[in-house]
Amino acid sequence: MKKLLKNSGVQSFIASLICIVIGMFVGFLFLLAIEPSGAGEAILAVAKNFFAYSRRATQLKYLGSTLVKTAPLLMCSLSVLFSYKVGLFNIGAAGQYVMGACACLYAAIMLGWGWLPCMILAAVAGGVYGAITGLLKAYANVNEVISGIMLNWIGLYFTNMVLSQAKDASSAYTYPLQNKGPKAILPSLGLTSVFGDNKYVGIAIPLAVIFAILVWVLLEKTKLGYELKATGFNKNAAKYCGMAEKRNVILSLVISGVLAGLAGSFMYQTDMEQWQVTIASVPGMGFNGIAAAFLGGLNPIGAIFSSFFIQHITDGGSNVDLSIYCSQISDLISSLIIYLCGFVAFIKYAMNTGIAKSEEKKAAKAVAEKGGDK
Amino acid sequence: MVLLIQYTLLFACILSLVALGGCFSEHSGVINLGLEGIMVMGAMGGALTMKYLPNGTSAFVIVVVTIVASVLLGLAYSALLAVAAIHFKADQTIVGTALNMLGAALATVIVKSINTISNPDDHSSIVQYIEQKKAFIININGFEFSWFMLITVIVIIVSYVVLYKTKFGLRLMACGEHPQAADSVGINVYKMRWAGVLISGALGGLGGICYITTGVSEWKFEYGVAGFGFLALAVMIFGKWRPQNIALAALLFGFFRALSNVYFGFDFLVNLNIPSGIYNMLPYVISLIVLAFTSKQSRAPKAEGIPYDKGSR
Repeated sequence: MKKLLKNSGVQSFIASLICIVIGMFVGFLFLLAIEPSGAGEAILAVAKNFFAYSRRATQLKYLGSTLVKTAPLLMCSLSVLFSYKVGLFNIGAAGQYVMGACACLYAAIMLGWGWLPCMILAAVAGGVYGAITGLLKAYANVNEVISGIMLNWIGLYFTNMVLSQAKDASSAYTYPLQNKGPKAILPSLGLTSVFGDNKYVGIAIPLAVIFAILVWVLLEKTKLGYELKATGFNKNAAKYCGMAEKRNVILSLVISGVLAGLAGSFMYQTDMEQWQVTIASVPGMGFNGIAAAFLGGLNPIGAIFSSFFIQHITDGGSNVDLSIYCSQISDLISSLIIYLCGFVAFIKYAMNTGIAKSEEKKAAKAVAEKGGDK
Repeated sequence: MVLLIQYTLLFACILSLVALGGCFSEHSGVINLGLEGIMVMGAMGGALTMKYLPNGTSAFVIVVVTIVASVLLGLAYSALLAVAAIHFKADQTIVGTALNMLGAALATVIVKSINTISNPDDHSSIVQYIEQKKAFIININGFEFSWFMLITVIVIIVSYVVLYKTKFGLRLMACGEHPQAADSVGINVYKMRWAGVLISGALGGLGGICYITTGVSEWKFEYGVAGFGFLALAVMIFGKWRPQNIALAALLFGFFRALSNVYFGFDFLVNLNIPSGIYNMLPYVISLIVLAFTSKQSRAPKAEGIPYDKGSR
């Protein structure tokens, strides 16, 4: 048992659970404050999401919808955690996601490209956008958080401008792909029938999981991953060891951007949602990716589960009784979880000192008993 | 033209106030990336106060009470950052980001609930304050003077004096440069950092209420404050963490932000036929360019972002 508790992975898992429980509890307190009578029901609705439906086929269908959005969220969280492992906080993932969406939707609707070229273009767009942050960081020492936020807004206005061409004059949304770009819709791989005829379920979901594994391999098992992490740990030491630290910074943000750009493709090429060109705030997907990355203990495999959880409660938020509560309660919970993730290092520290103390006591006791025998 | 000057000044006010907030926090050694969320909370406090003040309240009372509410809410909210960053040695970037998201979500949930409770069909996150807002403005020959302009000038001067001419300010800055040295001469680093963060919360809240009374008489809280907290951080970096430079930097950024509000008032700009999206982008593009040229020789406080640990050397 003690040995298990000492394991850093187990500790991360426990810390994440603590964050979730406290986050949900504080969310519950808010619901109580708004209207006590339905609060229990509302928090259950958030926690249950698709389980709230009684029919199995309906459950599967809504599970499918949650999974469809989990795929881009997972990509965003991979983007955030990859750069974080390299010592960079890529808050610009939100903007890279937007640029990816912009690229794939433009190519799909205006140029009539197929799904794979559209996806690749989205990856390139995200990568180029990430490169801007990387170049600014490496050569001009611009804080990547601030430049990331600036680029998020620039990307949003740019996308709104570009995609206004890809819509009907009477609507604020871009054309649905099934009308104007059917070739760009991601293949479903027969998964549709598995998830209660949910036609949006498709290749994006397994692809996102594959990317999670690839990111894990890249970070843990390759020389490049080692170099990138070393640069993040200590830039000067990495330079001293002969690593190209500037190149590493730029490369990390390019990879990070590619992942976020793909997230845009995974979201909009399912045709589940269309881009709203009048939108006045950066979509929350990239920011939720931050929540998922930290909740997953900054581990690509952990991110698979945490992304699903974040998307699960986000979707669950729309199941609360909307005549009393509002769906943003789940945004509140996920942002609380990120805040609590700031304390993870402290929780782990507390666990380690707790274990060390009890071991010390045991050792002292053993010594005392030995002494008693003589 | 008058309109352009008016908006430039107003946006410069917001940016100066918030950037000065960031400046105090960073001088004490804590990076405050949560300014955006603090602004939203301050804005919400002020907006709700204006909504509930009875009609016929004198202008002076409206101005004072609203500002006090915003400042207090910003102050209280920033305590979340202070606790995490000072006592729990949390990563200040994560906590700041969390505060931004939490601020937007919290304000939306609170305002929506208030709206829905008073009218079950109202699911919006909008607060209106058309009449109350007039208390902040005095019309001088078409130029709308806002009390925030006066307040900002006072805050800039006071900040300068406090930081460079008082014992408190010099001690605060010592904690951001070399906390161990400061501690060795008997300065309580934790207290100083608390002071820095709380001041930034107060100024952020003030900037928030200033932001939502600029040019509009209602605010939809789902929108947050459109990256203004981060623009303010760019202003702070460009202003080299010094109040007087921050004021000048804020004027420059304020000008570009104002352009997007009033460009259609200028015939030659309208004739250029540039889409409005470009004007919206402009302040962010300019700040990126400016940052690219000024970040190289950073005058950032040396110990900012590093949690203070008494035991470390």
